[in-house]
Amino acid sequence: MELTGAEIFVRCLKEQGVEFLFGYPGGAVLHIYDALYVQDDVKHILVRHEQAATHAADGYARATGKPGVVLVTSGPGATNAVTGIATAYMDSIPMVVFTGQVPTHLIGNDAFQEADNIGITRPCVKHNFLVKDVDRLAITIKKAFYVATSGRPGPVVVDIPKDITAEKAEFDYPKTVTMRSYNPVVKGHTGQIRKAVDLLISARRPMIYTGGGVLLGNASESLTELTHLLEFPITNTLMGLGAFPATDRQFVGMLGMHGTYEGNMGMHHSDVLLAIGARFDDRVTGNIDKFCPAAKIIHIDIDPASISKNVKVDVPIVGCVDNVLKTMIKEIKARKLEIDKQALAEWWKQIDEWRDMDCLKYDRESDLIKPQFVVESLYEATGGDAFVTSDVGQHQMWAAQYYKFDKPNRWINSGGLGTMGFGLPAAMGVQFAYPDATVACVTGEGSIQMCIQELSTCRQYGLPIMIVNLNNRYLGMVRQWQEFFYQGRYAMSYMDSLPDFVKLAESYGHVGMQINRPGDVKDAFREALKVRDRLVFLDFITDQTENVYPMIPAGGGQNEMILV
Amino acid sequence: MRHIISILMENEAGALSRVAGLFSARGYNIESLTVAPTEDPSLSRMTLVTTGTDQIIEQITKQLNKLIDVVKLMDMTEGPHIEREMMLVKVSAVDKERAELNRLASIFRGRIIDVSDKTYTIELTGDGDKLDAFLQALDSTVILEVVRSGVSGIARGQRALRL
Repeated sequence: MELTGAEIFVRCLKEQGVEFLFGYPGGAVLHIYDALYVQDDVKHILVRHEQAATHAADGYARATGKPGVVLVTSGPGATNAVTGIATAYMDSIPMVVFTGQVPTHLIGNDAFQEADNIGITRPCVKHNFLVKDVDRLAITIKKAFYVATSGRPGPVVVDIPKDITAEKAEFDYPKTVTMRSYNPVVKGHTGQIRKAVDLLISARRPMIYTGGGVLLGNASESLTELTHLLEFPITNTLMGLGAFPATDRQFVGMLGMHGTYEGNMGMHHSDVLLAIGARFDDRVTGNIDKFCPAAKIIHIDIDPASISKNVKVDVPIVGCVDNVLKTMIKEIKARKLEIDKQALAEWWKQIDEWRDMDCLKYDRESDLIKPQFVVESLYEATGGDAFVTSDVGQHQMWAAQYYKFDKPNRWINSGGLGTMGFGLPAAMGVQFAYPDATVACVTGEGSIQMCIQELSTCRQYGLPIMIVNLNNRYLGMVRQWQEFFYQGRYAMSYMDSLPDFVKLAESYGHVGMQINRPGDVKDAFREALKVRDRLVFLDFITDQTENVYPMIPAGGGQNEMILV
Repeated sequence: MRHIISILMENEAGALSRVAGLFSARGYNIESLTVAPTEDPSLSRMTLVTTGTDQIIEQITKQLNKLIDVVKLMDMTEGPHIEREMMLVKVSAVDKERAELNRLASIFRGRIIDVSDKTYTIELTGDGDKLDAFLQALDSTVILEVVRSGVSGIARGQRALRL
């Protein structure tokens, strides 16, 4: 039977198992919205700004591992979505974004609400498609999902001109698709894996350093097994938190610019470094010339282009992280390999000495609310079991440092692009996926205002998100840099004319609370957790002068941290 | 070092802009770039000349391979290969210059492919150095227009870039 392009679109999403479609209607996609109207399989979530649609789909994807799906209209609908697409691209999040386009015969005519969506999104997508023929619509959508979710995942944009959604074609959704130009590697090279294992066994000061790739590759279990088998210390990047249980003794915290002393010192002094699904980002390595001077480096990654991009590695292994780790475990067990226990014990002794520095200590006697204390209290109140999204800045670092993630896919933040405004819409995506879970958005008064309009969406769908606003009346990270490096000239970092967040929340029909004293922090969380039918906005008035420590200043090596 | 990278890619709209965009976004050099369909109309072949350290060239080939439209590529400079470029030069040719230009063209195995009462148009094929040498041999005041095709390359012997 022949269907219209709009009907084909909806059927494809259904076949693909899409639960939620985050979007915003407009002229170019009206046929599609009409087709969505007459069915219940795909639930459309109406956001208040297209940026939020992409972040919500992104949050959904990070929490579930399934691709997030977005529908926006042409022109401004698509350009508004770009920040969210770029955010997903930098963190390799599987996402399929459908953008409306003006009718084919008007493309290039500067038509109303026309933008070159393919050209604009090209540098921030894994791939994009313009559908020029209704007969190609279904296969293109299939390819889009395939490309977005396989290999190193990423966002894919499908641009659909309006006339394509009205024209008719036979509907046939292919079960599988192959592309001659795209064949992601799965298995790692066995010879390389053997080399890597030999190197690991010979190590005297080993370190395991893992990133978001472990979570994207669903490899937390294998990673935990390998790490326990080897008894090596392990550190996670900001993107990789939760891949290995943070409460495990072998975990030495996050590494990088605001990583722990033991994590960064462990990296710097290591002799063998096992990097897994991580990309040696500048915020992780510090000054690249001073990075791990004594280490032989093994790097497992699904993307060959990630290997030796920033740091030359000694044993590269291209493949699915889970597959490679399982092979490594088998190899170690089969060959009954033993590590030098004595050397390892000495290494652990050194690491424990670094750990005893207690680099995350802060003033617990203060009369002002310390932001670190708020995150610790959130951790306690939620039993460490919440999904935590964040925006970008100091609060993001404190959330990463003080909330101990024991499970994968619970920590959801914009690590690569560093997008303020990400936290609230991402929390919406998570809450849709897990309606009964506790979802906390740790944010600041600067970031939250970048997508604050989504309070309305939360009300419409009754999302019981908990907003933890660390309100220090400053763009805190900017203020911190100005204090350290610009002699305290606080240019434009003071947040003036803030709304009364309690009243603002209440105006949307949510619950709002302002907390001013440290003694009230725990009670506030207790109260907030009782509310299950509405969003709770917790506005914590925190110490304005608090800084994030430790810190590797620009140009510093991992062993050159500023401590509190 | 200078590298000639040959790429087989899907003959689709926008494929060229993906390559050009990659080079500008990542700050790689493009010295020349040519592209045309192959005997299989679904494939285009692109020849790209670039310069960089070994590490940069490795990144370039990896990043190119990562583009979904790129089917296969080969760094010609890794093995024996032949490099050719075509050039069309329009020169002012009057009086006794005409004979001189004719002679110069034949020394370089060029061909005069268009003639007017005041001009010659010369076609010349070879590697870049040869074309440069021809231009240098010409009196610069006679050159009216130069069109170079950019480099095409093919591997010597059995080595071939094909599916």
